[in-house]
Amino acid sequence: MDLKDKKVVAIGEREGVNGPSLKLLAESAGASVVFSVTQCFV
Amino acid sequence: MVDPAILHTSYVLAHAPDFVRYGSKPTREIETDPSLLAQVADALRPWNEVVAYPPNQTFIGNLTPDDLAAIPRPWLENLVPDAKPDGPFGRIVTQAALYGLMKLCDDFELLTITDAVAEQARTELTRFEHRRDQIVGVSADELAKVIEENKGLELFHEGELAGFIRSAHDRDASLDAHVLFENLACKATAVLAVSDVFDGSPVNPEDVDYMFNTGEEAVGDRYQRGGGSLSKAVGEVVGCLNATGSDIKAFCAAPVHALIAAAAMVASGLHKYIVVLGGGSQAKMGMKFRAHLRNGVPIMEDCLAAMAFIVGPDNGDAMRIRLDLTGKHPIGAGSSAQAIYQALVVDPLERAGLNMTDVGRYAVEMHNPEITEPGDSGDVPKTNYRTLAAMAVLRGEIERDEMDEFVAQRGMPGFSPTQGHIPAGVPYLGHAHAAMRRGELQRAMVVAKGSLFLGRMTQLVDGVSFVVEPSQELTETNE
Repeated sequence: MDLKDKKVVAIGEREGVNGPSLKLLAESAGASVVFSVTQCFV
Repeated sequence: MVDPAILHTSYVLAHAPDFVRYGSKPTREIETDPSLLAQVADALRPWNEVVAYPPNQTFIGNLTPDDLAAIPRPWLENLVPDAKPDGPFGRIVTQAALYGLMKLCDDFELLTITDAVAEQARTELTRFEHRRDQIVGVSADELAKVIEENKGLELFHEGELAGFIRSAHDRDASLDAHVLFENLACKATAVLAVSDVFDGSPVNPEDVDYMFNTGEEAVGDRYQRGGGSLSKAVGEVVGCLNATGSDIKAFCAAPVHALIAAAAMVASGLHKYIVVLGGGSQAKMGMKFRAHLRNGVPIMEDCLAAMAFIVGPDNGDAMRIRLDLTGKHPIGAGSSAQAIYQALVVDPLERAGLNMTDVGRYAVEMHNPEITEPGDSGDVPKTNYRTLAAMAVLRGEIERDEMDEFVAQRGMPGFSPTQGHIPAGVPYLGHAHAAMRRGELQRAMVVAKGSLFLGRMTQLVDGVSFVVEPSQELTETNE
C-alpha cells in the first residue's frame, strides 16, 4: 500500500502495535497522520 | 530478613444481570437507542448457566486451568454438570446477595432496597456474618416515595424495580448516583472477598496490619476525584480493626504492584500481615455487549469479580514471593510487546541465572477469550503466550516447532471475566497455591500490564511481574 501523501488515522492496541509506533511508521512512508491513539480492548 | 509469602487467596464472582444495563458501554448505548434495553434483557444468562460456565468454575477453583483446556469450545455450550457455586478458593453469589452486601456496606443511607430483596439477600448471603442486621428493606410505597424525593438511579432485580441509589450532592459529578453505585458495588464485592480470605487461613482479621486496595474505582468528591482509600472502608466492615491502608493505582497492573509492595513490607519487618484486595468493576459490565448481541451469544460480562490475598511471613504452607525475581517496565524501555516482555520476564530471570523454561507456568492477561473474540479483540492470553514462546525461540531455549508445546505447558486458557485489574495474572494464584501443595509446580511467574495511556496523561504502558515458589516445607513434603 502506498501511503505517500495520504491522510492516516492510526489506531493501535496495547497487545499489538501501539498508536505512536503506527504513527511513526505511517509518517516514515510519507503519510500525514491526522489522529493517533492506543486502545485497550480488554 | 523474613521470607514474604502469599498465605491465602480468595475470589468472588457476583452474578449481577440487572447491573449490566448500568455498565459504562450499555449506559451510553441505551441512552442513544432505548430499544437496546430489551435486547440486553433477552441476552442475559440465568444463574444456573453462570454457575456451570466452565471459565467461572475455573475462577473459583472447581476446575483447574488444565481441566478447562480439555473442555471443547464454545464453553457456553459445554456447561459443567452438577456445578456448585462454592469452590476451594472462591465462590459465586447471587444478585440478591450482592444487594445485601451493598446495603450493609452503605454507611450514608444512599441505597434503598425493597423488603423482598432484603429478605432474599439475608437467605442467599451465606457464610458471612458481618453487619447482617443492616440488610433491611422498605415497602414498595416507601421506595416510590424515596424515588420521588431524590435525584438518583433506579435499581432492578429480576427485571423489576427493586431499589434506588441517591446522589450525595446535586452538582458534584464524583458523588453522582451512578458513580456511587459503581463504588458501592466495588466495596461490597471486595468486602466479601476479604471476609472469605480469612476462612481456613491461620490469620484473623485483627492480625492484619495493612491493606492495599487495587480496584479500578475512583472514590472521592469534586476536590479529590479518585482520592480513595477503599482499603480502610473494606477493612472496617470485616473487622480488620488494627489495620490501616491505602490504594495502589496502576490500572490493571495495580494488584501485582501491591503484592510486590506488600512482600517488601513484610520482608522489611515494617508490617507482618497485609491484605491485598480488589473489588469488582461495575463500569466494565456489558462492555462488549454489542459484539455479543451481534454474534447471537449471551452477554457474558454479567458478573462482578473480586479477590483478596493475605501476604505474610512464610508459614511453610504458602507461596514465597521471590523479591530478587521481580520485573518492572521502566519508563525508558519502549512499548513493543517484545520490549515489555524483555523487561518483565527475561531481565529478572537473567539476573538470577534462570531460563524462561525454568518457570513452570506463566500467568499473564487471563481474559476469557470467549468474551473477547466476538468483539474481534482476539484471544489475549494466547497472544501473550505466543510472544513469550517466540522470545524463548529467539533466545535459543526452544526450537521454533516447540512453540505450541511451550504455550500448552507453560500457559493456560483465559478464565477471568474482563474486569480490568482482576484478569492481570493474579487469578492464577489460587491455582498456583493448590498445584504447589500437590507438588506439581515449583515456580510460577505472574505478569501484569496496565494501559496508562487510557487516562491521556502519557502514551506509556506499565507492567510488573513477580515469581512465586512453594514454601520449603511443601517441597520437602512432596519429595
